[in-house]
Amino acid sequence: MTDETKAQLEEAIVNLIKEFTNKKRFKPGDIVKEMEMKFSVNGVTKDDVKAAIRDLTDSGRLIYGYAGGSFLSLPE
Amino acid sequence: MSKKHQTPLLDELKKGKWPSFVTEIERAAEKSEMTDDLLGQVEQSYKEKMGHWKHGGMVGVKGYGGGIVGRFSDLPEKYPGVKEFHTVRINQPSGFFYTSDILRKIVDVGDKHASSLYNFHGSTGDIQILGVKTSELETIFQQLVSFGFDLGGSGSALRTPSCCVGMARCEFANYDAMNMCYNITQAFQDEMHRPIFNYKFKFKFSGCGNDCTASIARADLSVIGTWKDNIRIDQDMVKEYAKKINLHKYVTGKCPTKCMSYDETGLKIDDSNCSKCMHCINVMPKALRPGVKGGVTILLGSKAPMVSGPRLSMVLVPFYDVAEDAKNGYQWFKDLIGKIWEFWDEYGVSRERVGELIQRVGIGNFLEAIGLEPLPEMVSSPRGNPFVLYEEYVEADGEKN
Repeated sequence: MTDETKAQLEEAIVNLIKEFTNKKRFKPGDIVKEMEMKFSVNGVTKDDVKAAIRDLTDSGRLIYGYAGGSFLSLPE
Repeated sequence: MSKKHQTPLLDELKKGKWPSFVTEIERAAEKSEMTDDLLGQVEQSYKEKMGHWKHGGMVGVKGYGGGIVGRFSDLPEKYPGVKEFHTVRINQPSGFFYTSDILRKIVDVGDKHASSLYNFHGSTGDIQILGVKTSELETIFQQLVSFGFDLGGSGSALRTPSCCVGMARCEFANYDAMNMCYNITQAFQDEMHRPIFNYKFKFKFSGCGNDCTASIARADLSVIGTWKDNIRIDQDMVKEYAKKINLHKYVTGKCPTKCMSYDETGLKIDDSNCSKCMHCINVMPKALRPGVKGGVTILLGSKAPMVSGPRLSMVLVPFYDVAEDAKNGYQWFKDLIGKIWEFWDEYGVSRERVGELIQRVGIGNFLEAIGLEPLPEMVSSPRGNPFVLYEEYVEADGEKN
């Protein structure tokens, strides 16, 4: 995966969560499946999406929450 | 110190000669005002016969999705001390070994930044610091990291793997449960700290069939020590035991498969019929020992009664030569776990444990997906019927070959 694709992938993940704020809680697994499909032409794998989520949570752009199951969210 | 809240119902629970959780909370309340409010809230819960806790929310430390269990009071105005009362889970060392120095350091952190209450250990095995405010989480985490500790698992993630004391303190251990637990914990840090599963997943490693971690009932994947050869018998010691206890009543008579007998010539065991339950070895530990060809049985699917009813694990791999795989960093075992998780990820639904998924899709489909051959030993309990119907032994008209 190129650096450009990685940046696009991370942006797409954040935008997806932003778009559905207060409407839907995304489990990390849902995002992996969604992004793997969306970026399949770029050769993005499950592990790439997991790595992108790791980078986003490590940098604080996304945080984890829990409500009957774990989900990803924008920081409050 | 005078009590902030009157607690007549809790006071009843201090009576008797056994340690009381109320006494311990009161001791902690001498150091912490928030713990005083805890007593008030618990008293009210007893009075009203309902709990006053909410859990979950956006509580954690940076980069981690697990390790902190958010806990809030639904009566924050009345009990401000427990408005936020989170739990910090700390990954325990294999076999729960600590120095007194490190324990002092951990409790010093808890006394300074939390309620002065601890669980040693939580039901999954972690050390738990109770009663932490959101603002204190990062501080506690950083201090624990400086001691060489890390957070455990929570949420839809791999929960902290745990094991018995294994070969460090037990003569019955058939494999190095502590080493395996440590290796697996290191290998799956990402799965533990960054929730990615449909629901929780637990490993527990027990050195023998006594199953001191209760893995068969409490772990999605239970790893239980066993042996392939014969029970080692010291006939002289058997005779010594026979002088003290009735072997027919308490040993051979209690054998679940009736595979042993005792007479003046000594103890005889039909090892091909032994289910390795450990009963006879437990009664006569100086006379009997597990065989020397140790390994493990891998079982899958147990859970407590949350979404659906409770389940015990079923046998997935009857005998796994763990010592051989250990030379290769447990790679075969890790590959198996990877296949199980992949199937669960693909076909499991939200809040569905792997055992429930197998029940829903059928064991045949599951085994095919993870690439294991069905075996007659894949049973839910010793002497139970296998799940697998071998069609090649059944004619079209139903007559058995």
